[in-house]
Amino acid sequence: MTIAIQPNIDKALLPILETVSDPEIPVLTVLDLGVIREAIELEGIVQIKLTPTYSGCPAMDVIGDDLAKAFSEIGKETNIQLVLAPAWTTDWISKAGKLKMEAYGIAAPLEETADKDALLGNAKIIKCTNCGSTNTHLVSQFGSTACKALFKCDDCQEPFDYFKCLK
Amino acid sequence: MKNENLYNYILGIADNSLILGQRLGELCGHGPNLETDIALTNISLDLFGQTRSYYQYAAQISGGGKTEDDIAFLRMERQYKNVLLVEQPNAHFGFVLGRQFLFDVYHLLLMEKLQSSSDETLVAIAKKTIKEVSYHERFSSDWVKRLGDGTDESNKKMQEAIDGLWPYTDELFQLTEADRIMVSDGIGVDVSKLKKDYLKRVSEILKEATLKIPESKYFQKGGKEGIHSEHMGYLLADLQYMQRSYPNMKW
Repeated sequence: MTIAIQPNIDKALLPILETVSDPEIPVLTVLDLGVIREAIELEGIVQIKLTPTYSGCPAMDVIGDDLAKAFSEIGKETNIQLVLAPAWTTDWISKAGKLKMEAYGIAAPLEETADKDALLGNAKIIKCTNCGSTNTHLVSQFGSTACKALFKCDDCQEPFDYFKCLK
Repeated sequence: MKNENLYNYILGIADNSLILGQRLGELCGHGPNLETDIALTNISLDLFGQTRSYYQYAAQISGGGKTEDDIAFLRMERQYKNVLLVEQPNAHFGFVLGRQFLFDVYHLLLMEKLQSSSDETLVAIAKKTIKEVSYHERFSSDWVKRLGDGTDESNKKMQEAIDGLWPYTDELFQLTEADRIMVSDGIGVDVSKLKKDYLKRVSEILKEATLKIPESKYFQKGGKEGIHSEHMGYLLADLQYMQRSYPNMKW
């Protein structure tokens, strides 16, 4: 069950992995999200270790199926395993992923302390993804999916999602 | 079964998540407002996710081709090991949040300690779970404060819920036989030792919420040994309906 924090991904498999995205945040690939912890080819079978963002995340089953499909299209068999340790953190979302997320309308996770302040309503620091104002407030700690909280901008009045920091 | 104590120990933890998850799932589409509805079902989803990790592990220990679904859906009432607290009905919103709060504080303490178990699968689950549970605890304690320190009416209802649920809290700290064996093997957490921290944390929040800490010294027990309250049968009838009506059905 022990895997290094740095994922072990065979570069030759990257072009296929890049085609698989998160079904709930389609602008993010599984690589952006950091859920692939290992991808290597052993005796002709692609071995993938996948880690969930949240335990109950329904996207995980879909991601597993999509990975198997993507590889089967180039004639490769896969063996996909779900691993829990080490537990996923929002630190594993790539920089490019965070930018794509922002452009898509989801505020990217802040650092741990800032995140706590924001979610406890102590500080107005979450930037509206529509107008950029930080004059925003928390509507609910739980948003449309387990990984997000719901915010509203008090300047442009738009509601938006914030991807919660998970450490 | 080779490791029956470990199997029972895992179920003792997992069944709480399953049954509370089911109770919260009943609120899907019935929450007092959209945001709370979504929050409660999000918590339910986290709890089901955790349950799956535990049951998959338990199924592997049990062997004989047993699956996580068999454990979730095909046991009799007496075989479920959840505490009485989590099976209590949703009643009004104060009860939903009160039950959540009284469980979350315990759940968080348990996960903190389970991280130092000698069983690496349980450690992995605890490390994953604790991140989710800290969000749950923040949510439920916020609401207890908001309702307790709200209007006279909300204070009255929140107090009613805390008083009504209080007799179910002591069971959380009782050790089963499987607990005792697992504690001595270095795998399990001695839950009786969590009580002090639990009462401290719960009292802090209740005080902030301007609520009274119940003085009742009479406590209910039985869930951990499979002796459930009258509400459990109805809950299971809902939970198990599809598997009982259409045995071995698959999605």
